[in-house]
Amino acid sequence: MTNNHDNLPVAEPIADPGHPEHHWRPTDVDDKAEKRAERQVSTFFVLSMISAVAFCVAYFTIEPEDTFMGLGAMNVALGLALGFAMLFIGIGVIQWARKLMGDQEISELRHSAASSEEDREATLAALAQGLEESGIARRPMIRNTLLGALALAGVPLIVGLRDLGPLPGKKLEKTIWRAGTRIVNDVTGRWIRPSDLEVGQLVNAEPEGLVENLDPRTNPEDLEARGVEVLHGHELIAEKAKSAVILVRIEPKDLSEATDNWGHEGILCYSKICTHMGCPIALWEQQTHHLLCPCHQSTFDLADKGRVVFGPATRALPQLPIEVDRDGFLAARSGFLEPVGPSYWERNAPSYWKDREPK
Amino acid sequence: MANSNGKSPATASKPSRGARVAGWADERLGLATAAKKNLRKVFPDHWSFMLGEIALWSFVVLLLTGVFLTLWFRPSMAEVQYFGTYEQLRGLHMSEAFKSTVDISFDVRGGLLMRQMHHWAAMLFLASMFVHMMRVFLTGAFRKPREVNWVIGCVLILLGILEGFTGYSLPDDLLSGTGLRIADGIVKATPVLGSYMSFFIFGGEFPGDAIIARFYVAHILLLPALILALIAAHMLLLVYHKHTQWPGPGRTEENVVGYPMLPVYMAKAGGFFFIVFGWCAFMGGLMTINPVWKYGPYDPTKVTAGSQPDWYMGVAEGASRIMPPLETYWFNNTWTWSIVIPTMVITMLMLVTMILWPFLEAWVTGDKREHHLLQRPRNAPTRTAFLVAMMTLYGLLWIGGGNDVLAVVFNLNLNHITWFLRIAVFIIPVIAFIVTKRWCISLQRHDNEVLLHGYETGIIMRSAEGGHAERHLPIDEGKAYTLTARDRDEVYDPESDTDANGVAAPDSRSSRLRAKLSRAMFADNVQKPTAAELEEAHHHAEHEHELEAGLDHAADGHQFDGRHEVEGEELRPKH
Repeated sequence: MTNNHDNLPVAEPIADPGHPEHHWRPTDVDDKAEKRAERQVSTFFVLSMISAVAFCVAYFTIEPEDTFMGLGAMNVALGLALGFAMLFIGIGVIQWARKLMGDQEISELRHSAASSEEDREATLAALAQGLEESGIARRPMIRNTLLGALALAGVPLIVGLRDLGPLPGKKLEKTIWRAGTRIVNDVTGRWIRPSDLEVGQLVNAEPEGLVENLDPRTNPEDLEARGVEVLHGHELIAEKAKSAVILVRIEPKDLSEATDNWGHEGILCYSKICTHMGCPIALWEQQTHHLLCPCHQSTFDLADKGRVVFGPATRALPQLPIEVDRDGFLAARSGFLEPVGPSYWERNAPSYWKDREPK
Repeated sequence: MANSNGKSPATASKPSRGARVAGWADERLGLATAAKKNLRKVFPDHWSFMLGEIALWSFVVLLLTGVFLTLWFRPSMAEVQYFGTYEQLRGLHMSEAFKSTVDISFDVRGGLLMRQMHHWAAMLFLASMFVHMMRVFLTGAFRKPREVNWVIGCVLILLGILEGFTGYSLPDDLLSGTGLRIADGIVKATPVLGSYMSFFIFGGEFPGDAIIARFYVAHILLLPALILALIAAHMLLLVYHKHTQWPGPGRTEENVVGYPMLPVYMAKAGGFFFIVFGWCAFMGGLMTINPVWKYGPYDPTKVTAGSQPDWYMGVAEGASRIMPPLETYWFNNTWTWSIVIPTMVITMLMLVTMILWPFLEAWVTGDKREHHLLQRPRNAPTRTAFLVAMMTLYGLLWIGGGNDVLAVVFNLNLNHITWFLRIAVFIIPVIAFIVTKRWCISLQRHDNEVLLHGYETGIIMRSAEGGHAERHLPIDEGKAYTLTARDRDEVYDPESDTDANGVAAPDSRSSRLRAKLSRAMFADNVQKPTAAELEEAHHHAEHEHELEAGLDHAADGHQFDGRHEVEGEELRPKH
């Protein structure tokens, strides 16, 4: 590429008139104005001192629970006092600079960012000499083994990170749900009978064992005897993050056949975890039986296999087949038939329903 | 000060205390040589040069308030039960991180102020970086020799966003946990490595028990150290290149005109730190931000309606929301395009475009000169229009990021907003581009108009024939010079591209592309008038004035234009 700009076809139309004349400020020529500015600057500094003291007074005198116009009184007082203490220093210094410090603009020459030609040559010569003396070009064995060693030296640093976490294994595919797991209210932990749910009602639920409160008709020994897994700590939270479900009751006549088959008298159980990015889905539109995710607004039709009706989610909300067990409580007929939650590389299949139902 | 390296002992006259200290330091550090050049270094003055300063000072506020917060914050996900002063949360199980955040807010005096100042300063940091970047882009301050500093700035914005995200994830409240959950969803969608990355980042299955401690070390050590190092490099390069300046009388490519570092610039910039600090304190004291005690501790089964990330995540959030569902299954593997495209492809594309723009522009113009004079946005219409188009896209994606809130506030159908945006992001930025480009070009025409025919005085002249015309008067020399102090754009023509020996450049695909881009970027621009055109226009104006001379006593037009002294002048000569 050539430089097209060396000889511009047209000269500059107007010559540079040069730096304009300096104008004196009132404070430069009027003693009174100068004194006044001096006093102003000092006043700002004194106000800052007062504000700093006010901060300390507020800190020690205001009770933490006092409020001021609905805000914490302490917070408002400390914020204002600190703000003024800082602001007045800033205003004072800038006022000083504008009114009293010399305001003659000065000019400096620029230099090209590049080094001079001699410097470049000297650097290249030094570099060449250094490389020559190291003999790196003449001794390829040393060079190649050094490169190999440096490359491999990085490997331990990466291998050392291996214990950051366990491998995923099959964990993302499984939840705690299995045949017979009772569905319990996610707050009270109570077992749920079909009669507990009205048409149009939605209940947030969990598998038994994940809610701290237990149903009054059971106790830890009984849980153990029935083989219910009880989790604690972050294992509990991780399990809740994928096993949470919602129970809804819809008029059976509104349901598609496959959905109805997996429910009980219009009571349906779906994973609460959005298939888009994993938010817990929460917004229930009773009239349309749509469920909306508050994070990215994916919308699922719970009357029809949880299929996506709007938004960025790509897969239906997994439905959990349920039944009523011997004691009359709602329980899972089996575990989830597909992984719940967002997509991941190894998930390797569209929604459970995709190939099973003609559209 | 006396130098004692000589052969005879130095006889010291009694120096002042300050000089003694300076001498002590210089004998060990050699400061005088470095300071000699820099103490009176010239910095040009313009309000827009302050935007980067806001970013710098808000980062200092972040460091100060952040250190305060570390004294009480516990980056632990261990479960505890809360029995503190905030009644509504008593008895709840929560992580230590959340508990200590609530304690800082209610039990540490000034703790809430520091937390809110920290969050507001973070907002200010990112916002001022963005606006500073827009200033640099619009004025062409990224051109040679400042391309490297531009790249550093882009990386700083990326690091700032990561710093913000790791920061607002730390309290482990319901909102930040939801943010982490979404981050986990995005990580899992990464082709090939997704689920492994998720397990390694979270130390197991989401949410695990490690993420807060890991984000903490990133937030208070790794990222701030990187940001600090890059800010240092950014400022060193600024000093080395010397600041750009606006063209004007006496201000050329070869010099830099302004106030010296000591005392004026130091006072103004230093004073400005206190103003930024004070402003953050006001915001922290008066404006509630991120009230985590209202959100409650994180529970993976709960979420609130209207969940929003901080605003600087708006692009990824909005794009995610308006993206139509798209997923393919190849060879037993899942490609979740509806996550990969909005969160990885679009954001990375924006960042890379930003980083590469100076190099693209330099390639198209073939310009190898250094540029220290700023361009007015109107004088680079394509560049300005491109930025406005990008800002429009950013704004639309922001709307997308808040589509649920907008639907509620304006009583609109959420799905309609989303569908509107799905189409609008392809159309409205293009319209914005065209409008801005035409707007810039018409402003360029206006500049030429003023140069050639003068400014409008508001004085209506009636000619002898009874016609009316507005009188135009020439603008003063300094302003006229400033308007013409810009380069002429040249459209690249591969035909005339010959090297020093007159050998034509090969007609390659790249040179054809370059010619096409050059035409698109520069062909429609209005160039400043030539000396001959100006000469002719002025000649014409003088002629006009002669014709009007007989009528000239009523008002010459200067009395009312606010640009000239009018004392002692009289509107009408006394009869």
